[in-house]
Amino acid sequence: MKKSVLFGALAAAGMTAGVAGAATLDDVQARGVMNCGVTTGVPGFAEPDANGVWQGFDVAVCRAVAAAVLGDSTAVEFVPTTGKTRFTALASGEIDMLARNTTWTFSRDVDLKFEFTGVNYYDGQGFMVPASLGVTSAAELDGATVCIQTGTTTELNLADFFRSNNITYEPVPIETGSEAVQLFLAGSCDVYTTDRSALAAQRANFPAPDDFVVLPEVVSKEPLGPLVRHGDNEWGDIVRWTLNALITAEELGVTSDNIEELSAGTNNPEINRLLGSEGTLGEMLGLDAEWAKRAIAAGGNYGEVFEGNIGAATNIGLARGLNAQWTDGGLIYSPPFR
Amino acid sequence: MSTMTDPQPQGFRLGMLISDTRYRSYTFQFIALILLIVSIAYLISNLFANLAANGLDISWAFLGEPAGYDINQRPIEYTSQSTHARASMVGAINTLIVAFLACVSATVLGVIAGVLRLSNNWIVSKLMSAYVEAFRNVPVLIWILIIFLAMSNAFPQPRAFRGETPDATMLFDAVAFTNRGVYVPSFVNGAGSAIFWLVLLASIIGVFAYRRYAKNLLFKTGKLLPTGWPSLAILIVPSLLMYFVLGQPVTLEYPELKGFNFQGGVHMRLSLIALWFALAIYTGAFIAENVRAGILAISKGQTEAAAALGMRPGRIMNLVILPQALRVIIPPLISQYLNITKNSSLAIAVGYMDITGTLGGITLNQTGRAIESILLLMLFYLIISLSISAIMNVYNNSVKLKER
Repeated sequence: MKKSVLFGALAAAGMTAGVAGAATLDDVQARGVMNCGVTTGVPGFAEPDANGVWQGFDVAVCRAVAAAVLGDSTAVEFVPTTGKTRFTALASGEIDMLARNTTWTFSRDVDLKFEFTGVNYYDGQGFMVPASLGVTSAAELDGATVCIQTGTTTELNLADFFRSNNITYEPVPIETGSEAVQLFLAGSCDVYTTDRSALAAQRANFPAPDDFVVLPEVVSKEPLGPLVRHGDNEWGDIVRWTLNALITAEELGVTSDNIEELSAGTNNPEINRLLGSEGTLGEMLGLDAEWAKRAIAAGGNYGEVFEGNIGAATNIGLARGLNAQWTDGGLIYSPPFR
Repeated sequence: MSTMTDPQPQGFRLGMLISDTRYRSYTFQFIALILLIVSIAYLISNLFANLAANGLDISWAFLGEPAGYDINQRPIEYTSQSTHARASMVGAINTLIVAFLACVSATVLGVIAGVLRLSNNWIVSKLMSAYVEAFRNVPVLIWILIIFLAMSNAFPQPRAFRGETPDATMLFDAVAFTNRGVYVPSFVNGAGSAIFWLVLLASIIGVFAYRRYAKNLLFKTGKLLPTGWPSLAILIVPSLLMYFVLGQPVTLEYPELKGFNFQGGVHMRLSLIALWFALAIYTGAFIAENVRAGILAISKGQTEAAAALGMRPGRIMNLVILPQALRVIIPPLISQYLNITKNSSLAIAVGYMDITGTLGGITLNQTGRAIESILLLMLFYLIISLSISAIMNVYNNSVKLKER
């Protein structure tokens, strides 16, 4: 295999370069750095800050996994991927995991041979229109011009929605979200559609947010989550349970502030198992006992990551909604650590 | 006196493959060929082995599955339930539409600009220099975006046409310029319209036949027939007569504001117009330079000789200079046509659904079949480019200097 690298790279543009054997964990540990695929820049989810350091909700998942596996939350090589390149990058082994607002769908999971390791954000597609149109429901949009970001599940949902309601529309496919917003503000389209979290975020940045309304219809389920390649279940388990550790930490009240104190041992056995003072969960994953402690310490528990990057106090200003813990009426739920 | 005899022809020995200069070059070429084939076969098998190792099997089954997405500009029947192959076909036709429009306009623009740049009129020639330098030195992607954004911000929204005292009105009550595109009236074919179109087609052929006849007459007898008004008459009169005889079979459908948008007529989308204009003016600047080079390549003596025969400057250009200049102009013109076709893949910047947008964009994304889609895309552009080259080479052979 080694010898073929040069020729293979010539033949298939680096298809072979990182032929990832089954043991992604060994590769990552040998390399000392984890390659994590992220977006090319979505505020709140993944974007480099003024110092060039990647920040965001998806980035935090990468950092937590790196902290668990390598003991260093900064040992991550962020690989910006576009909607087009993300799956090839993961399948070819260029990246070890993908945390990029990617909707968990059947065909991506089964046909493209990926493994979604959980959901870190429950989203749904919605519509935004100028309030002056007087539209109150998406069913009234017959004949409207709709701006969509191309290459996403949104355009499929859009086609399905209009077809099932037996109304027509004129799609205006746009490469990036910011361009679509410009066209929408210029009146080149009547409707802008994307995930409701993004609609809310972008509306907040409009010059006059009150002139625009987000219609009540949610036309799709968009569970967004990190994914890895099929066939390396050990690595998949690590990513899955790192995400679950962040979620469980919030449920159990483990925060980045009190984690040192709690990791000394508490009278709650699940916290003890999570933080490694009891049981051998880390060993079962092929890691050490404190893997989850490091993952949580990297950026805080799920709630802290949410509030710090996209929560109500940030510019994005998203409410927890569906993404509240199950104990608070949301969908965020982790299987037990035992 | 000595006699020279040819050495006795010897039987072929294996060693001669190396020692004999007659065979040696073949031997080495054969060995090189074998090595080349082996290494290519190795690369391909390696590619497939590694694709399989990564779980990326090559499969074309996705082309037969429903695409699931909508396309705004549909030259052929297409719904979101059509297959990916159908979506690719729509994209391919859209690519050809914009490439054809841009090639024609770029040629017209380029020839005019190239000729005028050599004008003796200082202002005209400087204006054309400014056009050429401004447009060919800025990337075409920037021009596409500039035109698109300028139009989407400058033109009124369809809503502005509404009401008793609208902010915007339609040109001649027929053409609406909106920031979603230009709506122009379309033809509605009634009963007997086929006859009308056939007559029109026949008239066009008639015009060409008449001009050829006039040219032959000029060459044979030196008699100069007028071509301007008879051509116009041949073109218009029979069609006009037929139009009224058949009871006005072809009518115009005017665009009308209904609901959110104009309905009826032909909708030329902003993305098509922006891409078309940008490709035309950008490549037109290059063609202008080719034309100028072609004209300058013709010896000044030709112009002077024609002038000495008493020809007017316009005739000199059309009858003496340009036909000779074409020999120099055509070969680089072919590359410009290829450039237009390939540059049309920038369509995605303004959301024009060409084949890069459908097959190489949405289909690739929704199915994840990147390698297959890109291979098909390469094949498409290769075939189109080679076809354009082939057609233009045939034309080039017909105008090039005939050596006898």
